[in-house]
Amino acid sequence: MTHSFPWLTALICLPLIGATAVFFVKDSSARLITLAATVADLVISLPLWWLFDASSSDMQFMESALWISSPPIHYRLGLDGISLPLVLMTTVLMPLCVLISWHSIESRVQSFMAMLLLMEGAMIGVFAALDFVLFYVFWEAMLIPMYLLIGVWGGPNRIYAAIKFFLYTLTGSVLLLVAILVLYFQGGHTFDILQLSQATYSKSMQFWLFLAFFAAFAVKVPMFPLHTWLPDAHVEAPTAGSVILASVLLKMGAYGFVRFSLPMLPDASQTFTPLMVALSIIAIIYGAYMALAQADLKKLIAYSSVSHMGFVTLGLFMFNIQGIEGAVMQMVNHGITTGGLFLCVGVIYERTHSRQIADNIGLTRPMPRYATFLVIFALSSLGLPGTNSFVGEFMVLIGTFLWSKIATAFASLGIILAAAYLLWMVQRVAFGVPAPHMLPKLRDVNLREMAALVPLVVLIFAIGLFPNPILTRMHPSVEKVIARVFPPASEQASTLDQGFRTPRGVGDTGGEAGVTSTKVEGRLP
Amino acid sequence: MTFSVGDLFLILPELLVITAACIVFVLDPVLRPSDKDGLVWLSLGTLAICMGLTASQMKAPVEAFNGLVIIDTYGAFWKLLLYFVTGLTILLSHSYLKEERLYFGEYYGFVLLALAGMMVMVSAADLLTIYLGSELMSLALYVMAGLKRSDPRSLEASAKYFVLGAFSSGILLYGISLLYGATGSTRLPVIATAIAGQSLDDPLLLFATILLAVGFGFKLAVVPFHMWTPDVYQGAPTSVTAFMAVASKAASFGAFLRVFIEGLGGLKANWSAIFLLICLATLVLGNAVALVQTNIKRMLAYSSIAHAGYALIGVVAAGRLENSSGLASVLLYLALYTFMTFGAFAVAAMLRKDGMEGDEIEDFTGLSKRHPVAALLMLIFMVSLAGIPPTAGFIGKFYVFMSAVEAGMPWLAVIALIFAAVSAYYYLRVVMVMYMREPSDATDRAPQLVMSPAFSIVLACTVAGVVIFGIYPNPVVQLAMQAVSTLR
Repeated sequence: MTHSFPWLTALICLPLIGATAVFFVKDSSARLITLAATVADLVISLPLWWLFDASSSDMQFMESALWISSPPIHYRLGLDGISLPLVLMTTVLMPLCVLISWHSIESRVQSFMAMLLLMEGAMIGVFAALDFVLFYVFWEAMLIPMYLLIGVWGGPNRIYAAIKFFLYTLTGSVLLLVAILVLYFQGGHTFDILQLSQATYSKSMQFWLFLAFFAAFAVKVPMFPLHTWLPDAHVEAPTAGSVILASVLLKMGAYGFVRFSLPMLPDASQTFTPLMVALSIIAIIYGAYMALAQADLKKLIAYSSVSHMGFVTLGLFMFNIQGIEGAVMQMVNHGITTGGLFLCVGVIYERTHSRQIADNIGLTRPMPRYATFLVIFALSSLGLPGTNSFVGEFMVLIGTFLWSKIATAFASLGIILAAAYLLWMVQRVAFGVPAPHMLPKLRDVNLREMAALVPLVVLIFAIGLFPNPILTRMHPSVEKVIARVFPPASEQASTLDQGFRTPRGVGDTGGEAGVTSTKVEGRLP
Repeated sequence: MTFSVGDLFLILPELLVITAACIVFVLDPVLRPSDKDGLVWLSLGTLAICMGLTASQMKAPVEAFNGLVIIDTYGAFWKLLLYFVTGLTILLSHSYLKEERLYFGEYYGFVLLALAGMMVMVSAADLLTIYLGSELMSLALYVMAGLKRSDPRSLEASAKYFVLGAFSSGILLYGISLLYGATGSTRLPVIATAIAGQSLDDPLLLFATILLAVGFGFKLAVVPFHMWTPDVYQGAPTSVTAFMAVASKAASFGAFLRVFIEGLGGLKANWSAIFLLICLATLVLGNAVALVQTNIKRMLAYSSIAHAGYALIGVVAAGRLENSSGLASVLLYLALYTFMTFGAFAVAAMLRKDGMEGDEIEDFTGLSKRHPVAALLMLIFMVSLAGIPPTAGFIGKFYVFMSAVEAGMPWLAVIALIFAAVSAYYYLRVVMVMYMREPSDATDRAPQLVMSPAFSIVLACTVAGVVIFGIYPNPVVQLAMQAVSTLR
């Protein structure tokens, strides 16, 4: 299916044009231009949701042009059911990031806004790229703006955090570059991601390529034990930076696994499954355990991200529909929920200039609206049924259950611990007695901040109650990934397919019903 | 031995450059100081004419002077690059010399003479012609390195450069003489036929190859023949350093590749092994030592050593590949390296502190507040040197590593890329002090960047190259491939 309008190029270029424009204007207009550019990007991206053909597993909105003639590198873009939700998540979050930075960023506003816009263009590019070199260019192009966002506008320890983030991710990605080059010569002299996903590679080659991919993607996710940059970067980054990091950048690692590791290296993916599952479960429990001990709100959320992203990688390496769809759902959900939590921390930091839980207690009385938002985001984060995270985490757990009951038991510990650290945090922050000298500072959220927080709350309940629009769109694409790992020769594969589809139709009215019934019918091939 | 006047037309660009150099030397004592800008225009005009002439020479190889000189696309590629660098050097020097109060008209004459030597190097088809070219280049550079007569470091640089340069020339010459003994000629095509089918079992040939590799190793400033580089780069006037780091390196690579491909192509597998060791040592040492530098010129010196190491990856790959993609990647790498390195040196040259050069990395502190545009450009150069897309530095590395993988050495690419990640640390330290440190004294004594129209042109040209070729490298890639296709 081709569309005459270059949707994706427009999506990528609009922020880049905006980034150029803000350099030439004053601070106040820089904010407006950036907001306009991000909102316009959102407006352009929304029609894609309805134009997208949910019955097809092919790439849609394809664009292709020769970029470098020798070796043939193309400017090739396209979306499938996996990347579409991620692109939309990005375009939804960016205007909110601009809104929340409206007054909290006072120095070098133009540069800050330009960096946000550069990030947006590159992030959409990463999700939309269908040429491996193009993907790599977008993937790396993000490093410098993010480095500057943390290093220039960050907290007291920002320089250390920025360089740590930069070196971790760069070292991971350079190995990816070698893997891309090796794939070029092994996979038929092409950088086309679709063609490379159809070629077959020898087992030993897959082994090494998987390790190289792992280095790049696991650092970004971040998987245990490569996660140590994350707490530093999250804590020191300005609010918008933390939101982008947590909501979008972490997803790129998981996206890399599902887009490249699984379909291109199916044998190695299976070989490494025990290791990946073990690391994921360690991340889930360790991240949650660390979050329990944090006194800094941002650090708490950062460690909760490690834990939640563990569910994503766990689901991906289950190689069943529930696991992978749950993982992609969880990617989107974590983006929304954690984005919301970081926005909340940003709001309170603007008032009290402290992120310590001890300095921000008892906010319900002075800031009732704020406390409401915080509670909603926290409940969503701990996976309360009816909110978005429940859908993703539950599906991942079903997928895991089909693979190993013990692994499921351990992973479920993460949810219990999540309830513990989040409710404890809420208890202290929302329901304590505020220090009297703090009271004058505690103004409730204003209209601008409401505008940044309300869309996320709407999404939390929308996805939580009606996850099917997303699931149906990603279903064919996920099936295609699974078909690469387990070629659908056996009958079981089709049983799985039917067993999944039939109850889905019944459960259309409520997402959870549809999901629950799959647990009974679904079988591993 | 016949001599045809037509041969003179083939080397018209060289003749023009030498003539212009002579005119500069003659006019300099005659002209009043206020008129000396004319010498700049004369030099730039000559370069423009030469550029046109050389562009018309981009075709199949033509021999001249009984095979001492060869005019082909390969040579033309390097010459075009050299004109460009020389033009930038002259523009930068125009501003820099004023700041340093070095009013030497001869300066431009020496630049042109060095250029002439480099042009001879890249279009020579005979080892002795190459030697002559390299001596002409080196002698001019020795003088230029010592131009800051009041500064002992400049004198030290000049002396050090001279002694080690003379030493390396001797080694090179010794290698040439041994090769002559083994093959009976100094002409590259004759050498190629003589050694066809031979291996390095012949000790004469073995020593000749090693000595040539060492001799060129000094010129290319690769480990372990790099000792002179940091001191010379630091001591020499910065405009000269930029010229040496870029132009002299490019010309040396041009001659080096022609000798080892056209002349010693039969020993590919052997010299490839030698350069693999040199390449690894260069990557490791260049990047590791650059980490601890506090002086921007020394840091860039080690960075240029490391970059020679990256280019050598292409050479090693070329030794193992049947096709020319390895060679093309070397040409491409050096062409793209030109823009970013020259740009970085240019910014360093114009940073002034108390009337002196602010050449410590700390002097860049808070530059983004005082000169946002210049700081942004320096950021782009540093990012490009680190090889991060979408800049030219990434494209260069991409092609070099691609040839390494094609030659079956992905492990070499892995090592090199890990050191590229290491290099990001010291390049980003410059970014860090520019953007993330507040200047300790916000007074007038803080280092200032002296802007001038000529300096702006230099920055505009280099940053345009870094950005445009980073996003759309096709033209340079094509040119590099076309150039190596004429190398036999």
